[in-house]
Amino acid sequence: MGGGSDMYRQQILDHYKNPRNYGELDDATFSHTGENPSCGDTIRVDVRLDDDGETIDYVAFSGDGCAISQASASMLSERLQGKTLDELEAMDTDDVTEMLGVDISPMRIKCAVLARQVAQDGAKLYEGELDDLDVTKTED
Amino acid sequence: MQESYPLDVDAVREDFPILDRKVGGDVTVPGESEGDTKPLVYLDNAATSHTPDQVVDTIVDYYHSYNSNVHRGIHQLSQEASTAYEHAHDRVAEFIGANGREEVVFTKNTTEAENLVAYAWGLNELGPEDNVVLTEMEHHASLVTWQQIGKKTGADVRFIRVDEDGRLDMDHARELVDDDTAMANVVHVSNTLGTVNPVAELADLVHDHGGLVFVDGAQSVPHMPVDVQTIDADFFAFSGHKMCGPTGIGVLYGKEHLLEEMEPYLYGGEMIRKVTFEDSQWEDLPWKFEAGTPVIEQGIALHAAIDYLEDLGMENVHAHEQLLAEYAYDELTAYDDVDIYGPPGDDRAGLVAFNVDGVHAHDLSSILNDHGVAVRAGDHCTQPLHDKLGVPASARASFYIYNTREEIDKLVEAVDDARQLFA
Repeated sequence: MGGGSDMYRQQILDHYKNPRNYGELDDATFSHTGENPSCGDTIRVDVRLDDDGETIDYVAFSGDGCAISQASASMLSERLQGKTLDELEAMDTDDVTEMLGVDISPMRIKCAVLARQVAQDGAKLYEGELDDLDVTKTED
Repeated sequence: MQESYPLDVDAVREDFPILDRKVGGDVTVPGESEGDTKPLVYLDNAATSHTPDQVVDTIVDYYHSYNSNVHRGIHQLSQEASTAYEHAHDRVAEFIGANGREEVVFTKNTTEAENLVAYAWGLNELGPEDNVVLTEMEHHASLVTWQQIGKKTGADVRFIRVDEDGRLDMDHARELVDDDTAMANVVHVSNTLGTVNPVAELADLVHDHGGLVFVDGAQSVPHMPVDVQTIDADFFAFSGHKMCGPTGIGVLYGKEHLLEEMEPYLYGGEMIRKVTFEDSQWEDLPWKFEAGTPVIEQGIALHAAIDYLEDLGMENVHAHEQLLAEYAYDELTAYDDVDIYGPPGDDRAGLVAFNVDGVHAHDLSSILNDHGVAVRAGDHCTQPLHDKLGVPASARASFYIYNTREEIDKLVEAVDDARQLFA
C-alpha cells in the first residue's frame, strides 16, 4: 500500500486499540477538553504536575473519535511524562507527525494535532495565559 | 455483466478524461502528484459530479467566441450571450416540466434557491400563528434556513419523523400538517439515506391544508426524470454541478403566480425596469430575481449538461444507478459488521451511506483513498439525522453514469481491507 496507507502503520493501530493512560485523574493539576467539530473527535487531557509546578508527572486522556486522533492522544500521554510545561508549549505540528511516525494527509492533520492542542491550551489556562476558553476546537 | 446495463459506460467514460487519472500522491499539489499509483474510483458524485468534454467545450467556446455581459450591450457579442443565456432558462424549463423561462430563476446553488424563498417569501409571509414542516432527513440547506426564519418570524418549525427503514413516517406527516402549515420543505431524495420520498403525496396533503410545498431536488434531478407538474411542487431547487454542469449555478423553479407576488431577494442592476431617486420598478420574471451580472457561463454550460444527460436518457441514467446501488448494497450487507443506512437496495437512489464497526468514517475514507476510492466521509450536512442514527459520521459512496460494477468491487475490497486492518 502506498501514500496515506502509512497512516495506519501498526503503531497507530496499536495505540488506537490499546490506548495508554486512558481515563481521568482524580488528582489532576489541570484538565482540559477539546473537540474537532467536523468529525466529532473529542479529547480530554488530565495533567498532574510535580511539586515544582513545572514538570509533568502523569498524563491521562479520554475521549472518542477516529484512530488518528485517539492514537495521537495515547502517544502524547506517554511522551509528555517528565517533560516541562515549556517543552509541551514548544511542541509544533512537526513534532506531532514525528511522534506518530507516519505521513498525515493534509485533510487529517486536524485529527492528529487535537490532543497536543488540548494539552497546550490546558497548560495556558492553568498558567493564566488564556482566558474565556472553555473548549478547544480545531478548525480548518 | 456490464452488457445488461442500460448505458454504454465505456463510451460515457471517454467523455470524462479525469476518470483516467491516478491518485495516491501528494494531494497538496493538485493534478501534479508524482506518487500517483492507483486508478481513480470516483464515488463522491452526490457531492459533485464530473464534467464531460461536451460541457467543458461549451464553456471554452463561450470565452473564445462570444464572452460578453448580457442584457446590456447592443453589440453583437452581447446579443449572442444574451440569447444563449435566455435559451438556457428555456432548456431548464423544458427539462423539469416548467411552463416557461418565467418560472426558472438561476441562482448560485440549491442553498441559495432555498434562501431566496425563505427570505423573499418566508420572512414576509410567516408569523407566530404559522408552521413550517420539514423532514428529519432534511439537508442543512433547508433545515438551517427555515430554522432561522422560524426564529425571526416566530413560525413553528416541525419535522416529519424518519422510521427505522429510513422512510418518512407518513402517519406522522398527516399529524403534523394542519391548516396553519404555510410551507412544507421536503428533500426529494435523501443525500444520506438514499430514500426517494413520496413528494407528490406530501404536496397533496399540504395543498389540502392550503400550504405551499418546496421540494429540494439536489439529489433527484441529476439522477432521474423529474417533472415539477407531476409532483405539483410550488418551488423546486437543484444545482448544476451535481449533474455534469459547472459549479456556481443552481436553479429555483417557482410557480409563476408565486414568483410574481414575491418581492426580490437581492436588489441592484439587471433586476430593475425603472429607477428614480425615490422608487424603483422590477424587471419581469425571471430577471427580477437575478440581480447583478448573472451566471452567464454557468447557465450556458448547464444547458449543455442537460443536453448531454438527455442524450443518454434520464430513464437510463436512473436505471444504471439503481443497478449499481443495489449491487453495492448487496455486497456490503454481506458483512455483519457493516451498517448501511436507509431502505434496501432495490428501493433507493444511487448512493449508499454506511459505517464499519470500530472504524471511524474518516479512517475508513482514508483507507479507501489508499485504494484510489473517493467517497465522502462526515455528516453530509445532515447532522441531526446522524445524531438520530447515533453516529458522528458515515462514509457515503454515490454513483453516476460513468461508474461500473468493477468499481464497486474495488470499493468493497477496500472496505474489507479496512475491516481487517482494524479487526
